[in-house]
Amino acid sequence: MATVDTADHHDNHGHDDHHGPEPGIMRWFKTTNHKDLGTLYLIFGLTMFFIGGAMAMIIRLELFQPGIQFVDPYFFNQMTTMHAIVMIFGGVMPAFTGLANWMIPMMIGASDMALPRINNWGFWLLPAAFLLFLSTLFMSGGGPAGGWTLYPPLVLQTGDAFPFVIFSIHMMGISSILGAINVIATVINLRAPGMTLMRMPIFVWTWLITAFLLLLAMPVLAGAVTMLLTDRFFDTTFFSAAGGGDPVMFQHIFWFFGHPEVYIIILPAFGIVSQIIPTFSRKPLFGYASMVYATASIAFLSAIVWAHHMFTVGMPLAGELYFMFATVMIAVPTGVKVFNWTATMWRGSITFEAPMLWSIAFVILFTCGGFSGLMLGIGPADFQYHDTYFVVAHFHYVLVTGAVFSLMAAGYYWMPKWTGHMYNEKIAKAHFWISTISVNVLFFPQHFLGLAGMPRRIPDYNPQFAEFNMISSIGGFVFGISQLLFVWCLIKCIRGGDKATSQVWEGAQGLEWELDSPPAYHTFETPPSEELIIKHAPTAH
Amino acid sequence: MKGTVNKTSVTKYMTMFSRCTIAAIATLVGSAATAEYGLNMTEGVTDISKQVYGLHMMVLGICIIASIVVYGVIVYSLVKHRKSKGAVAAQFHESTTVEILWTAVPLIVLVLMAIPATKTLIAMEDSRNSEMTVKITGYQWKWHYDYQGEGVDFFSTLSTPAAQIYNREEKGEHYLLEVDKPLVIPVDTKVRFVLTAADVIHSWWVPDLGWKKDAIPGMVNDSWTEIIDGPGIYRGQCAELCGRDHGFMPIVVRALSKEDYKAWLEEQKNSI
Ligand SMILES: [Cu+2]
Repeated sequence: MATVDTADHHDNHGHDDHHGPEPGIMRWFKTTNHKDLGTLYLIFGLTMFFIGGAMAMIIRLELFQPGIQFVDPYFFNQMTTMHAIVMIFGGVMPAFTGLANWMIPMMIGASDMALPRINNWGFWLLPAAFLLFLSTLFMSGGGPAGGWTLYPPLVLQTGDAFPFVIFSIHMMGISSILGAINVIATVINLRAPGMTLMRMPIFVWTWLITAFLLLLAMPVLAGAVTMLLTDRFFDTTFFSAAGGGDPVMFQHIFWFFGHPEVYIIILPAFGIVSQIIPTFSRKPLFGYASMVYATASIAFLSAIVWAHHMFTVGMPLAGELYFMFATVMIAVPTGVKVFNWTATMWRGSITFEAPMLWSIAFVILFTCGGFSGLMLGIGPADFQYHDTYFVVAHFHYVLVTGAVFSLMAAGYYWMPKWTGHMYNEKIAKAHFWISTISVNVLFFPQHFLGLAGMPRRIPDYNPQFAEFNMISSIGGFVFGISQLLFVWCLIKCIRGGDKATSQVWEGAQGLEWELDSPPAYHTFETPPSEELIIKHAPTAH
Repeated sequence: MKGTVNKTSVTKYMTMFSRCTIAAIATLVGSAATAEYGLNMTEGVTDISKQVYGLHMMVLGICIIASIVVYGVIVYSLVKHRKSKGAVAAQFHESTTVEILWTAVPLIVLVLMAIPATKTLIAMEDSRNSEMTVKITGYQWKWHYDYQGEGVDFFSTLSTPAAQIYNREEKGEHYLLEVDKPLVIPVDTKVRFVLTAADVIHSWWVPDLGWKKDAIPGMVNDSWTEIIDGPGIYRGQCAELCGRDHGFMPIVVRALSKEDYKAWLEEQKNSI
């Protein structure tokens, strides 16, 4: 919706062969424009964020008190399973792809993504995939309930929904792969002359590396779920010991996808805060080159540590030792990132607009999730932590106060660019403060629950866990509801508000800030000059 | 927010912050007390569980120190280097020295952490020289215990009444952590467990023993324990999602003195 009012901008272009968006609703189905598709991806991600959030509310409602009050334990399991898949594949990943679509061409001085039709297909697979996925809730036997990790043999007990779940995951995977190919093709081929790799904004770098991780990981997931499908319907026994297979092999294959997936979700987040913190510190990003190398190292390490998710499956000692050592190594490049952000703020001239607030909270709270991740990496201690609420607390610190907070930061940061209006800073700050306080009320007590012995994925618990569960649920309800403030702020911003300048933020660097707010439907038809590129290069000062 | 925060309120925040930090550290130091409030990991009742607890506290301590340093620098910057206080941005963006330093220091700390962790892991995986073996089989949704070579075996099932679960009756102290027939083992004895499952993957976990291990259909895992803190009742739960009643298949271990255990075993053999 954000770009509707740019419809007649093409007149100013001076090119006859370029047109604005097609009038009417069909524009959104047929569009190959990177800005339109970026908008679609972002709206889709936000919608899924609320659907997955509603599932989380059901989970927290049932856990509000000990005893079974609201839902059957089997439905509870469907909620935990679907909440995860909706949030990861429907919420966070499409939202990042939306940002890539909107920002990468503008950041590297390209006129569009390299593969516009594939872009359209990649997006429109998603609503189809998730309609199918969510419809499994209404099938006989209900939706998937074996956890998002889909471990056999449990997942093979899924009812009629099973093949539909597998097929929808295939569609999500194809969509991700198409998005990744497009990012790689765009960054490799469409950079404006003079936009060398080391002049690229860090967000583009993190997305480029993420795209390679996607190409590595998603086909592996597709293979794993296809084997599940043939085990169920075609009498293969890949994961059944009775037929010479091995249920643990699925876990190895799954986590070979699953661990890089964690970094697929967090690397673009690193990119976003690395754009925002320098802007509001009015100071260049500290250690741009080391940020690039740290990102690449994290990506490499992420592909060789998968079995730390499965210390308790009975691996040989040598395997356990290797995965422990490799895992804790990730703390080094991740530490470099956190130190670089800190050094960027050090002796800056800091202001606290909403995007900066979300980014600062990201640095602090993601680091908290990083610390618990380090603890989980210590193999012997993981024999206690594994599959408890300590793990739930850990990955929600990384995914919510990490990935989702970075998305909120990005939303407020580029909203004036997308809509041409400044958002309402009061609502944005209220949104920030309520979210940040409530998200900690929600997730921090879960560390204690896990350490005290509460397993994850249970609908009911001993009364010794009652207080912290109630506190956590209250935090959850407040956090969930407060996200409506973002929608309110977004709608207000689309419909009006103070006119945004092209620069928007005093300290912002990057080619996107040379363009009008909102930018024309087609931008950088003529590549920006090398002087302009150098002026905006991350290390130029 | 900017500009409205005057000096007194900053000082107030800082005092609050330092009070919270002190409170947090005090809580963590008084770990024995916190265990009772269910804030921290249990020390457990075996040598391994105490080692695991020690590792946990060591890494937690390192994380707290590191977070005080990092968060301290961030908070200092946010307070001192704000534009509203007239801060002018420096333009440095590189320093090879500090970059090498903050790569090398964490690396060294990690290596130092890994040494005790490796020792404990090796000890955990050494199930040799055990004095008895119990085979544990996970079912949807109960546990089966088979005392190898003794001819004693039984199922262990949740004994909490449905009326408590569906809130028609008051919940008892051991709500969802009680079974009809607990696993009975002797103290001061190296007991080996072999674990498997009949249907889907389960995971056998008693926090006081210091570990969990997956029970996987068609595969056999092993682990061991030696309770050194004397007789007692130790409770745990299935830790791997295993279907509808995953939350309702608890584990209760009753540790008896060696003599009492012998008597119990005889009684079991005679009652068959
Ligand atoms: Cu189980």
